[in-house]
Amino acid sequence: MVDWQPIWLTLKLAAVTTVILLIIGTPIAWWLARSTAWWKEGVAAVVALPLVLPPTVLGFYLLLALGPYGPGGWLAGLWGERSLAFTFSGLVIGSVLYSMPFVIQPIRNAFQAIGDRPLEVAATLRASPLDAFLTVALPLARPGFLTGAVLAFAHTVGEFGVVLMIGGNIPGETKVLSVAIFDHVEALEWERAHVLAGGMLVFSFTVILIMMTLERRMGRARA
Amino acid sequence: MTGISARFRGTVGRFALDVAFEAPARGVTALFGPSGCGKTTVLRCVAGLQHLPDGHLTVGGAVWQDGRRSQPTHARPIGFVFQDASLFPHLSVRANLTYGQSRAARQGAAEVVRFDEVVALLGLEPLLDRSPLRLSGGERQRVAIGRALLSRPGLLLMDEPLSALDRFSKDEILPYLEALHGLSIPVLYVSHDVAEVERLADHLVLLDQGRVIAAGPLEQLQADPALPLARLPEAGVVLHATVTDHDPDYGLTTLAFDGGVLVVPGRLGEAGTPRRARIAAADVSLTRQPPRESSILNCLPARIDGSGPRDGVMIEVVLGLGREGRGERLLARITRRSWDALGLAVGDAVYAQVKSVALLNRSP
Repeated sequence: MVDWQPIWLTLKLAAVTTVILLIIGTPIAWWLARSTAWWKEGVAAVVALPLVLPPTVLGFYLLLALGPYGPGGWLAGLWGERSLAFTFSGLVIGSVLYSMPFVIQPIRNAFQAIGDRPLEVAATLRASPLDAFLTVALPLARPGFLTGAVLAFAHTVGEFGVVLMIGGNIPGETKVLSVAIFDHVEALEWERAHVLAGGMLVFSFTVILIMMTLERRMGRARA
Repeated sequence: MTGISARFRGTVGRFALDVAFEAPARGVTALFGPSGCGKTTVLRCVAGLQHLPDGHLTVGGAVWQDGRRSQPTHARPIGFVFQDASLFPHLSVRANLTYGQSRAARQGAAEVVRFDEVVALLGLEPLLDRSPLRLSGGERQRVAIGRALLSRPGLLLMDEPLSALDRFSKDEILPYLEALHGLSIPVLYVSHDVAEVERLADHLVLLDQGRVIAAGPLEQLQADPALPLARLPEAGVVLHATVTDHDPDYGLTTLAFDGGVLVVPGRLGEAGTPRRARIAAADVSLTRQPPRESSILNCLPARIDGSGPRDGVMIEVVLGLGREGRGERLLARITRRSWDALGLAVGDAVYAQVKSVALLNRSP
């Protein structure tokens, strides 16, 4: 009754995307928070673009980029494939770009909220810049990381437009939860759609609840 | 060991700084001046937190900055106490204290004070396992001082460490700061509070509008009528005195200093205990003859050494204590009418009647 394959695929996609975003998003957020370069806000705008861009527009350009005649096709050629479009890797790339602002914004805000002082203090206590980043900035920005990770995960679980454009509907490879629900509705399999949609509802509620609880608890620890 | 030699020139924002000064390798040197005179900027330059390309800094013989070549802050053996304690909120008090200690040890810096000594000196034992978020302002600042001391500094920098505190917390911290004299680390202490400086400093660098207007031993600058210190309403001098005698009948203690003795109420420690006695210029009056019947205990022979401008209502008179006037300096504030009525002139022998002596609580 429950089709586990799209659920499992969706969770895998969301987890991989979140991990990649935390790894590449942290240095970008740090740079955006601390740099004084005049073109910094331009970069910030590019990162935030998916917030306002229709997913189909992003998906369209990604399709071109990942396809056989784009850089994605060239990249795929390295291991003998024709294209990154309609593959799980392509989905990961799309999700990373699509969810980027949801990770970078909260982490950047958290870094900015720390201010210069704790890092100056660390420097006067003999900590090198990297040491200070790891032992002072990262722990102090932890709420931002939590928010970013939860948002990236949840946002990736729920994405539809981009997936449909670049991933299509290949079971076990690109057929994620939201696409599966759409499929069931198209095929008039209302009950199966109900199971997945209900599950998503519970999942989303739980995520929001956990996040709000965490934020409140951390807020109290800081007060 | 040689002391500190600093020169910084440049602009920070719209503020122009042009300072050069020397400070001894021992004791507390106060960078003193009104708000906005550049003293905090100077301290940040010494720490390397601010960089002015036109600058030169040597500390204890080591070059910390030579123009554009400058050691980064984390490579300078300093301890820095910020105005607000700036403890790491994600670490316990203990972890805050050891943050700099472990790093300095790894870099092979020589230990200045042991962990338990710092804990005892600053009374930190009951705080060790608490979070900095649950400390009072005074407690936080004590931890910050301990943290700086444990980072094995060759130079301790303090940026108005008391200004964010209320009266009670200030009184709580001051004895600990005085205890720093017992350690052999030179201290650069930024302050705009005369009372604080008089209690703590041995040496003074006076700053105004980004420039050094005078530098020297505290008591020398206090008694210089050409400097703004002597014109403050609360002007006065600090005498470095030693307890010599105690009269249990009357409960009076005798303090000796270069040029005379003072008798003050209270028991102030064993003979030989050093004390700082402060005498305000407004509490000193001058007579030609020694007063024969007076309730004032302290009447010190002195010679007039100089004076401030003689065109206002009041005149600041600088006295050299002792019959020959060769001892420590004292400042008296008298009216111009009295100056003329007594026919006073530089070089005259006078008696300075001291109405009250404030003891700056140098811990014995």
